[in-house]
Amino acid sequence: MVHQVLFIVFGLICVAGAINLLAQRHPINSALSLVVVMASLALIYLLLGAEFVAAIQVIVYAGAVMVLFVFVIMLLNAGAEERTRGSRIALFLGVPGVVALAGTVGWLLVSGSGKFGGVVIASSTFGDTRAIARLLFRDFLLPFEITSVLILIAIMGAVVLGKREG
Amino acid sequence: MVPLSWYLILSGILFSLGVLGFLLKRNIITIFMSIELMLNAVNLSFVAFANYWSTHPVADKSMIPLSGQVFVFFVMVVAAAEAAVGLAIIISVFRTRETLNVDRVNLLKL
Repeated sequence: MVHQVLFIVFGLICVAGAINLLAQRHPINSALSLVVVMASLALIYLLLGAEFVAAIQVIVYAGAVMVLFVFVIMLLNAGAEERTRGSRIALFLGVPGVVALAGTVGWLLVSGSGKFGGVVIASSTFGDTRAIARLLFRDFLLPFEITSVLILIAIMGAVVLGKREG
Repeated sequence: MVPLSWYLILSGILFSLGVLGFLLKRNIITIFMSIELMLNAVNLSFVAFANYWSTHPVADKSMIPLSGQVFVFFVMVVAAAEAAVGLAIIISVFRTRETLNVDRVNLLKL
């Protein structure tokens, strides 16, 4: 019961933040509502017993990535979004497509929800750092090393792109 | 106990809102934030399924229930790399175009 109430509260905060992201015209307001979405998603991860994922969600996403976004918005002195007509294809094909996608997925999940079981708050040893680390450094060692190379290349690319030419 | 489908529906709602933002917003930074929203929605379903398979019998013995959370870790790494490169591209576009509106960025070369 407590689990359901907490899920509904944080889920509603999530959806409200995402809608606010779309409704706001100034990018800094959108960035701050994205922080709200990410923070409440971290709490939902805690409900699922994923402590490590919740921690890195707050540290990496709500912390590092969003600070980068806010920093760029302030660096470029981005003002309110100007209204232009935009792409007609996106409006007339994209929006019905999104509604159809959301409707189909939602209908399938609601009609088939009897086939799914439930999610319980996992035991405290399920998603803890030790279990994740054991997986990451044993079964997923090669992908882990490749991601470190990926990060290195991304940083070098960002430096090259950000460097003023000439 | 919360049904797994609730988590998946929340994930679907967030993903659809991300797609809508990607299509309708005109500011390049907000479009980029919509992509982050979609990545977060996918992460939520990964974590929900990781929890689900840890408490339900798995047919395939070689499947590791926790690997969903490890995948979330990889998605976050890729998202961080993407944010660094993408924002650098936005800065260099702003330097030459002096605009953040995607409708005004319609030429490959000045």
